[in-house]
Amino acid sequence: MPRWGMVIDLNTCTGCGECAAACKIENNVAIVGPEESDMGRTMLWMDMLTEYEGEYPNVKVRYIPRPCLHCDEPPCTRVCPVRATYLNDEGIVAQIFPQCIGCRYCMAACPYTVKSFNWYRPEWPDTMESALNPDVSARPAGIVEKCTFCIHRLQIAKEEAAVENRDLREGDYIPACAESCPTKAISFGDLDDPDTEVSRLRRTARAFRLLEELGTEPKVYYLYEVE
Amino acid sequence: MNGNEIAAKDDALFRSIEYTGKNFYYAVGIFVTVIAFAAFLYLGQIISGLGVTGMAQPVSWGFYIVNFVFFIGISHAGTLISAILRLSKAEWRRPITRMAEVITAIVLAIGGLHPILDLGQPGRIWHLATSGRLQSPLLWDVTSITAYFAASTVYLFLPLIPDIAILRDRGTKPRWLYQFLSWGWQGTPKQHKVLNRTINILMIGVIPIAVSVHTVISYIFAMTVQPGWHSTIFGPYFVVGAIFSGIAALLIVMIVFRKVYHLENYLKEIHFSYLSILLLIMSLLWFYFTFCEYLTTHYGNEPDEMRVFFYKFSGDFAPYFWAMILCNFIIPVAILSNKKTRKIKGILFASFTVLIGMWLERLIIVVPSLANPRLGYPTGIYIPSITEWALFAGGIAVFMLGFLLFAKFFPLISVWEIQEGRASSIKEVAHRLRSYLPDELEEDEIKKALH
Repeated sequence: MPRWGMVIDLNTCTGCGECAAACKIENNVAIVGPEESDMGRTMLWMDMLTEYEGEYPNVKVRYIPRPCLHCDEPPCTRVCPVRATYLNDEGIVAQIFPQCIGCRYCMAACPYTVKSFNWYRPEWPDTMESALNPDVSARPAGIVEKCTFCIHRLQIAKEEAAVENRDLREGDYIPACAESCPTKAISFGDLDDPDTEVSRLRRTARAFRLLEELGTEPKVYYLYEVE
Repeated sequence: MNGNEIAAKDDALFRSIEYTGKNFYYAVGIFVTVIAFAAFLYLGQIISGLGVTGMAQPVSWGFYIVNFVFFIGISHAGTLISAILRLSKAEWRRPITRMAEVITAIVLAIGGLHPILDLGQPGRIWHLATSGRLQSPLLWDVTSITAYFAASTVYLFLPLIPDIAILRDRGTKPRWLYQFLSWGWQGTPKQHKVLNRTINILMIGVIPIAVSVHTVISYIFAMTVQPGWHSTIFGPYFVVGAIFSGIAALLIVMIVFRKVYHLENYLKEIHFSYLSILLLIMSLLWFYFTFCEYLTTHYGNEPDEMRVFFYKFSGDFAPYFWAMILCNFIIPVAILSNKKTRKIKGILFASFTVLIGMWLERLIIVVPSLANPRLGYPTGIYIPSITEWALFAGGIAVFMLGFLLFAKFFPLISVWEIQEGRASSIKEVAHRLRSYLPDELEEDEIKKALH
């Protein structure tokens, strides 16, 4: 059984935000108006964290693309009262949209604040409505959602492999963010297979994880920039 | 001896039931209007979604959760206090217990419904029954609040039976109601024995349930790793705060209804004085817990914790934080520790500040931890919307209406317990006193002392 994980190289990442945009389109993430956005209701499964280091004028800006970290010890699944979010066999923290009652306990419990809530019924401009991704279910108002590592792509990749009567190969299953990255800063693959790119990269000295001290064991690794 | 003769002396206690003034209808009208307005806005929330509230990211819990914790806290007034007073054989409890128990039953129902107001998909609430995860603290809440509600309504009803029987015997209307609810009570010694034993069992049982309720409510927060929430003292801290706000609510209700229904003969200064000393003790205890909580956080100096700490001490939430200290500690201690100000008016004022302070405390626990996420997100300020305010007002209106309606149909002071007190408690207390004393007192010595 693979354990899916991601490595994001902050040295190659330019902070362009292409991953965030690709994610929104791939997963039919709702687009909210400017007033809603000002209130803090922007929905991003892949967010772009901006960190500032130092004092003006010697400021260093650092961009950190932030999907769901898919923890091996997820604080969110632990508190869910109805098992609408759970850690599946392949290490993905999955969401069951029709199961969620919208209590938002998982949002409060996530130390990375990765979850989004549908404050209203999701709406898209007319032209986009017809271009929604049919592989991802649209969500109603009042439920929590987040990055699923594009789990629908895994299902498709598995089916294709089954048709061709072979095992899943590295590169068969890549989430939209990794696929879209113009500088190839995002790698994706099986962390348990020592020969994959993600396994190789996460063993390097530059690898770190966000808030590692909390013991959540995230499966998204980052590589420090080289000074 | 029939009920009429027994109760003639305590006619004042039945006045609210047998006589309905204009003001009653005005009050009901006002409360129903407020409730209807809140219900209307809640309907809007159901139709368009939780977007009508002020909640957003990262502050994804707001007034509903704050009020949930607050109302459930107040519900500890009742059953817990009345159980403790009964258990410790405090004779002055007699005119107080009923009101305390009514507060519990009504406020618990209101508070228990608050998490449902907060749900994005209230229609899926049955998922809790069909696929609930007992590992989630939310399920612990559902369990223990349900248990507490069941226990406290029974605990309210049982001591009410003899009073309902008195109403039945007086021929008070609606007769069928009292006929039905009195359950064939005739006041036989056997019935009294059974009733007393049942009350005693419930009284003991209800105390751990009550403690568990606010403990597991604190666990909702304490079981996460979030700064400001992940604390081992949260259980007892919440329980203390709950009893604290419960006593304050009880005092306010007692003062108001004493005035409205002219119960000065039953609720005397001494009752308020005793209860307010309990309030004073809880205030000191509350401060002790608050002090422990924040001092350990400060010495730990963990950066994420400190951000929340300073958000409360000197940041956006500083006005609320210091208002809380003022309302929960400085004002009540100043008023209640002085005999001159520990009068009805002073107690009423202190109780109001405690209620405000305890509400602020719940706000200060829920919002700042959410408002300061660990990673570098832009943080907004949480501003509750009109819907949230209306539902808050609606909750309070439901409480007042519920209490008023209860007073319309049932005596707010336990008539039979007052009578029992008159008939036997002097003798009982004398006996108890004798058992405390080092040497045996003779019966006539007690009589002499009493005169």
